[in-house]
Amino acid sequence: MPSPGGRRNPSIVATTQEDFVLPESDRTTNPPTERRGTVATIFRLYPYVKPAMPRIVLGMIAALIGAVVALIIPQVLRGLVDGPLQDGDSAQVVPAVLLILALGVLEAVMIALRRWFVLTPGTQVESRLRNDFYRKLQDLPVAFHDRWQSGQLLSRMLSDLNHIRRWLSFGIVLFIVNIVTIGIGFGFLISINVYLGVGFLICSIPIWIYGYVFEKKYSVITRRSQDQAGDLATAVEESVHGIRVLKAFGRGKHMLRNFSSQAEDLRGTEIEKARAIAGIWLWLLLVPDVTFALALLAGVLLAYNGELSVGDLVGFFATATVLRWPIESIGFLLSMTFDTRTAVDRYFEVMDETNTIVDPAEPKTIAEPHGRLTFDGVHFRYQDSPENVPDLLNGIDLTLEPGETMALVGLTGSGKSTLTALPTRLYDVTGGAVLLDGVDVRELSREDLRSHIAMAFEDATLFSSSVRDNVLLGRQEFADGGPGADAALAEALEIAQATFVYDLPDGVDTKVGEEGLSLSGGQRQRLALARAVAAKPDVLVLDDPLSALDVDTEALVEAALRRVLASTTALIVAHRPSTVMLADRVALLENGRITAVGTHSQLLATSEHYRFVISSLEDDQDSDLREEVNA
Amino acid sequence: MSVHGVTGEERDDFTRAESRAIRQRSTRLLGSALKPLKKKFIVTVVVILVATAASVVGPALIALGIDRALPALLEREDWVPLAAVIIGYLLVGVLGAFLVARFQVLSAEIAQEILIDLRKRVFLHTQRLSLDFHENYTSGRIISRQTSDLDSIRELLAGGVAQLVQGSLFMLFTFVALFSLDWVSGLILLAALIPLAFLTRWFALASQKMFRRTRVASARLIVHFVESMTGIRAVKAFRKEKRNEEDFAELVEDYRDANAKVIQLFGTYDPALVLIGNVTLAVVLLVGGLRIAQGELAIGALLAVLLYTRQFFGPAQEMAMFYNGYQSASAALEKISGVLEEKPGVPDPTTPIDLWEARGHVRFDRAEFSYKEGRVVLPEFSLDIPAGQTIALVGSTGAGKTTLAKLISRFYDPTKGSITLDGVDLRKLHPKDLRRAIVMVTQEAYLFSGSVADNIAIGKPDASLPEIEAAARAVGADEFIRTLPQGYDTDVNKRGGRVSAGQRQLISFARAFLANPSVLILDEATSSLDIPSERLVQEGLQTLLADRTAIIIAHRLSTVAIADRVLVMEKGRIVEDGAPEQLITGEGRFAQLHAAWRDSLV
Repeated sequence: MPSPGGRRNPSIVATTQEDFVLPESDRTTNPPTERRGTVATIFRLYPYVKPAMPRIVLGMIAALIGAVVALIIPQVLRGLVDGPLQDGDSAQVVPAVLLILALGVLEAVMIALRRWFVLTPGTQVESRLRNDFYRKLQDLPVAFHDRWQSGQLLSRMLSDLNHIRRWLSFGIVLFIVNIVTIGIGFGFLISINVYLGVGFLICSIPIWIYGYVFEKKYSVITRRSQDQAGDLATAVEESVHGIRVLKAFGRGKHMLRNFSSQAEDLRGTEIEKARAIAGIWLWLLLVPDVTFALALLAGVLLAYNGELSVGDLVGFFATATVLRWPIESIGFLLSMTFDTRTAVDRYFEVMDETNTIVDPAEPKTIAEPHGRLTFDGVHFRYQDSPENVPDLLNGIDLTLEPGETMALVGLTGSGKSTLTALPTRLYDVTGGAVLLDGVDVRELSREDLRSHIAMAFEDATLFSSSVRDNVLLGRQEFADGGPGADAALAEALEIAQATFVYDLPDGVDTKVGEEGLSLSGGQRQRLALARAVAAKPDVLVLDDPLSALDVDTEALVEAALRRVLASTTALIVAHRPSTVMLADRVALLENGRITAVGTHSQLLATSEHYRFVISSLEDDQDSDLREEVNA
Repeated sequence: MSVHGVTGEERDDFTRAESRAIRQRSTRLLGSALKPLKKKFIVTVVVILVATAASVVGPALIALGIDRALPALLEREDWVPLAAVIIGYLLVGVLGAFLVARFQVLSAEIAQEILIDLRKRVFLHTQRLSLDFHENYTSGRIISRQTSDLDSIRELLAGGVAQLVQGSLFMLFTFVALFSLDWVSGLILLAALIPLAFLTRWFALASQKMFRRTRVASARLIVHFVESMTGIRAVKAFRKEKRNEEDFAELVEDYRDANAKVIQLFGTYDPALVLIGNVTLAVVLLVGGLRIAQGELAIGALLAVLLYTRQFFGPAQEMAMFYNGYQSASAALEKISGVLEEKPGVPDPTTPIDLWEARGHVRFDRAEFSYKEGRVVLPEFSLDIPAGQTIALVGSTGAGKTTLAKLISRFYDPTKGSITLDGVDLRKLHPKDLRRAIVMVTQEAYLFSGSVADNIAIGKPDASLPEIEAAARAVGADEFIRTLPQGYDTDVNKRGGRVSAGQRQLISFARAFLANPSVLILDEATSSLDIPSERLVQEGLQTLLADRTAIIIAHRLSTVAIADRVLVMEKGRIVEDGAPEQLITGEGRFAQLHAAWRDSLV
């Protein structure tokens, strides 16, 4: 028995150490593809649990001994009542009490032992599962991450694994031990009196059933309340992040109405939850009290008939009290086991995912990298795009000569960003090939490939660490400083016009990213550009890297970039004429193909689509204006 | 130092007077939330008192059954005592169970009532607070006031308080029952309270520290995880996987260790509790047994005493857990009451002036503005914008263009002088009329969850779908909206419905158009559009702005073409003011800017 006393709050028991609960609205959206039994599913954990098995078994043994000891105490009491107390023999009271004391101490020791044995396995298994999960996720291709929202992955990484830990260090042990305890306890009850014992057993059945039903119901309500709390949190976040819009349109009251109705929904669910808890309380109090009252009636009657001694009665009630908690617990332990099975399913749903972008068995290397990048009949379509839609990239042929800078121009949605993701194998082509210095990028190891090609993205991601670490990310030799690190950092920051970092509170050691100082979009973009430049790659791929900069800064960055680009092969997605000016040649992406390649002025002269995409209205308007002025 | 409002929120070195002030402020808040619930509160207290009393009678009845009813039956064939005991047992059992259940519901209802009251208050107050407050206090903090802080109060209210009341009453009543049944055993239990109190206090303090550690560890784990998942492209492109793995493993180990410590704590507390309980039981048994031998105590009474002793220790663990909840909830309440104490920097007028049909005549009359005292951003200036004029506001970053725009839309009030719309001071204008008349569209076009149509309808909540579509068409957003999976009904947050930055700007443009204001302010509102879309917007703007006042801020000077008048700002001052044709040909700042911009276009 893990705690004395017959009363325990059911909700506390069910959620002890519920340290972190996340909205898990996605639980039902991804049903396990393969149906396995609960045991078979949970057994998939065995390889992780195997090293810890001895401790778990020892823990169970300790728990069992403790439970048996707790059950023996009433037996001693029974003997004491029928023996020394009946006889008024006070000399024998002391040894019997000492025995009970010894048993009481032993019970406490066994509980401590159980706790100690199962302490490490649960948490260690959890850690192992968690690290493997993370490794797997980092290895899976970007296409996988497009399909899965990070929230779904997070709830698996955290809540599901927490659940598994709790079950391993608490659920499974108590489940088995409590069942055995109930069995032994009934043995004692029946040995006291068959009718009383069997009667008690029958009376306890409603609690088993209700406990199980309650847990099922309760977990549904809990999930709903978590979802609603999540929605409410979203409403709060939006009302704060969108405060400028709400203020600009004076929609604060309007928002409050929506918020209030969501808050009312949550309140309704919370009260429903309270009613469910009230329901289980009702049963947990009513059933034992009625059972005890009936047992008292039966016991007194049996004693009246001389079939039962007073000691038997005392022993019976003391034993029944000990059994109260194990009986109450079976229902929720069972449902906890089913929930664990769901958690295991959800975990392996991700772990079973096959990676489509892997290193070749025998990776080639490029002996002398020059940085010639070739798209050879490249086709690409996203997995989830409808069948009647043609490939997004429908036969791309394009070669970037070593040292050449190529601008990529096209309408929004024409696939420019997708094209830039192919050389580093963030996605793999669905047809044709991308070649780096004549070698298919799929024949290089990913590590090697990505050391040749560096990227900067439009939505600049910075990681929670210092500016220095973020910028020097692509230079692993500088991970711990090292000679030249400072110079490389300074150079990159200067090219990207990111010298504002020197004015940050801790200069280049200022922490940025989620956990650090928040920077403006333009600042982040410049740091991301600095990161790509600092990597000193053979090929630089820049996906609209200057979109968030103002005109003045953009001009400065461009001037500095020109120096870098003189010697580096580069593919730059461009929206503005000024960016195009950085390039030696421009490639026009239209309907999934490269329809024109040439210099800016050549394309302006020859391609109508190019003029449509890149030349502004301002030109004509402006000339109108000038004419007006001149006139 | 002041502790008014949110100042000093980060401090932990309060003087006693300051702590008292903060405590009083949260008590007042709680009191005002509880006040309307007075009646229900009293009923709940009565229910739990009766319920607990009923639920501790059981063991005493068992004692009566063994000591009185059984002998009565054996000696006199008297069935009455047995019947009385059994019926009594059933009655109190049923009564106690039902009342405890009722108490659960009642206390939840009170808790939820308080909670929803707090939620609405904080929400509304947050909306009222000025932009100034939001920018200084940061969105993260204002969100956590409304989410995690209210959550910890919810946890306490929903579980903790009810359990504390119920648990402590249960212990108290059990003790009283034991004491009245047999005062000697009562004294023994009283003695056992001493180690129990020490143990529980130790556990409460230690677990509080440990729980905090798990929370910190899990928060760090989450941040790292989410960051590397959302930034997976950069992770892969820059080969950060190995380093991430190492960092993550470290965080996992921290988290594991924190969890293990918590489990260990329970592993100490739990057996110690059992030990104290069992030793007390043995002592009670010893003393009781000896007194039975001397005929001073009945056997049934001894059983009851033992059962009481046992059940007494039941709620101890919950009470210890309560302490944790209490600590974090009261800290949360203190912060929330601080936010509620903040006064809106842009207060609503007490006697608002209505302005049904604004024409759009904006005037700055010797206005001056500074964010912080002493640091003037816009030195005193006057400016008259006649109704219907389109103004291009030009200047380098930090020149004060956006600040000027924010003053017109009353995100801030001028520190000196006044701003009027059609002759009415903005500070006296009815907020509803102000917002209907003046709308500002910013660069960061924020979209709320919901459909595209919902988002456009923010401009006019009762707009019909044709109206919404017309607005979208007018700004050139209709075309791309129709290509979305569900057209106007596409959820902007769902997969496939993701819209680009440029498309967001188009939606937010449509939103402003639908609102049909007499003064429209566009702050870098087209910065993310690609050139063909921008061209469309420019064409649309010509007609759109024909009959309204407009202030357009743009780095790209294409806007100038449609402006009637250009204002060039530098260091908070308007340095040039005139028609575009005039300024271009001059030698001034605008002529330079324009030349530079033209060069960038070629």
